[in-house]
Amino acid sequence: MKYYAYYPGCSMEATGAPVEASIHAIAKPLDINFMELEDWTCCGSSPLAGVDKFKAIGITARVLALAEKTGLDLVTPCSSCYTILREANDLLKEDHDLSDKIRSTLSAAGMTYNGTVNVRHVVEVLFNDLGTDVLKSKIVRPLTGLKVACYHGCQQVRPSYGYDDPEYPDWLDKMVVSLGAEPVNFPLKARCCGSSLVISEPDTAIELIYKLLQNASDNGAQAIVTTTCPLCHLAIDGYQASVNRKYKTKFNLPALAITQLIAFAIGLDFKASGLIGNITSPKNLLRPFMEAKISSTEAEAPAT
Amino acid sequence: MSDNGQATFLEQVASLPACEKINECIQCGVCSGSCSTATRWEYPPRKVIAMVRAGMKDELLKSNSIWFCVSCYLCTARCPRDIKPANIIHGLESIALQEGYKPPTKTTTMYRTFAASITDYGRVYEFGFMLKYFLKTNPLAALNMLPLAIGLFSHGRMPLTAKKVKGKDQLNIIINRLSTGGDR
Repeated sequence: MKYYAYYPGCSMEATGAPVEASIHAIAKPLDINFMELEDWTCCGSSPLAGVDKFKAIGITARVLALAEKTGLDLVTPCSSCYTILREANDLLKEDHDLSDKIRSTLSAAGMTYNGTVNVRHVVEVLFNDLGTDVLKSKIVRPLTGLKVACYHGCQQVRPSYGYDDPEYPDWLDKMVVSLGAEPVNFPLKARCCGSSLVISEPDTAIELIYKLLQNASDNGAQAIVTTTCPLCHLAIDGYQASVNRKYKTKFNLPALAITQLIAFAIGLDFKASGLIGNITSPKNLLRPFMEAKISSTEAEAPAT
Repeated sequence: MSDNGQATFLEQVASLPACEKINECIQCGVCSGSCSTATRWEYPPRKVIAMVRAGMKDELLKSNSIWFCVSCYLCTARCPRDIKPANIIHGLESIALQEGYKPPTKTTTMYRTFAASITDYGRVYEFGFMLKYFLKTNPLAALNMLPLAIGLFSHGRMPLTAKKVKGKDQLNIIINRLSTGGDR
């Protein structure tokens, strides 16, 4: 069993619920224990950095301090939380004036942070600590013939973390191959979905989502596989109808978080894999694979 | 320093976390060429950096520029001088809000509402945050959101009440002790 300190982030309690369900659903079968940080608070995300940079780093440091007490790597599914946590963590190591200021603030709140936490993303943990071979060994519903566009988005790979490529990443593609599906060419796979502006500048964000959907569709994708980021997932899943209304398009590309797709491929049903929470329903697309599973179990069952 | 001993705009920006390399910009324009939303900026990222260095504070902070940053970090991943344009832009946003500039965008209200949700609840309570944002800006615009809101609600993705988070008080101690303006 692999143990991690788990930081879901605020969106996972609401709009990201279907992705959150899938992460917890696959953990046990994959021998992973994501232990939710007790009493966690918001990381601040980009809006707080835009309101006050120091306050933003201070509240991120609270999360890091909570994680440090566990002695485990801190894992988050949200790409925005990931960038914010990593950036604050790096700054606290490099900038000593800042670090002193934050340390004294934390101590006023009865906390300490010594800069020892390793911040990680769920996708990175699945790819590096678990690996595609293990994933492949757990598959009971091979997704043969399913054509997907793998959408990595921005903040899982940028600013630049020194592993998966910041311009044209392929970890999701490799994981999807291990599940039997076929990743299509997807030039916009690491471009932005505009989530941070979808409330205040919807025209800007909807245009970015439209470009992603058009690019995936042009390349023959039947669905878009996202990271575990609740913002990317919501943009493709929830805002697809808004794109269709605005651009008079008829996109019907289910957004499958990689953990939802893993959950389905290892044999979990639509409910357990969180797929019933998706607004752009993947049921028609995935049902044939479900039936394939039933027939294979029947084939293996002893004759009565 | 300027003649009157005050920090210049450039010094003010360079003193923020992760913004200190602004002086190393060579104005190559990779940031503007990479920006996901550059066509909407009055002054695209390369010009933003140039304006900070030229001390054009009012002109820059009264414009819609910086507020279209979607934090995609393409500029930052590609910058040949590693000046971290996205961090500088967020730093500029915080200076604009602290000093009461009123740029032509609703994103400032969205940011403030978001921050208020953090201090009120310890976490961002999405339903309350969106409701307050639309009440403060344009309640009619919320009608466009209605189909999505109903979809989210019916799929169990829009809880109508906020969770109680014990760490909220500790969080507020931290927030109250820190600010960009002073060294409290």
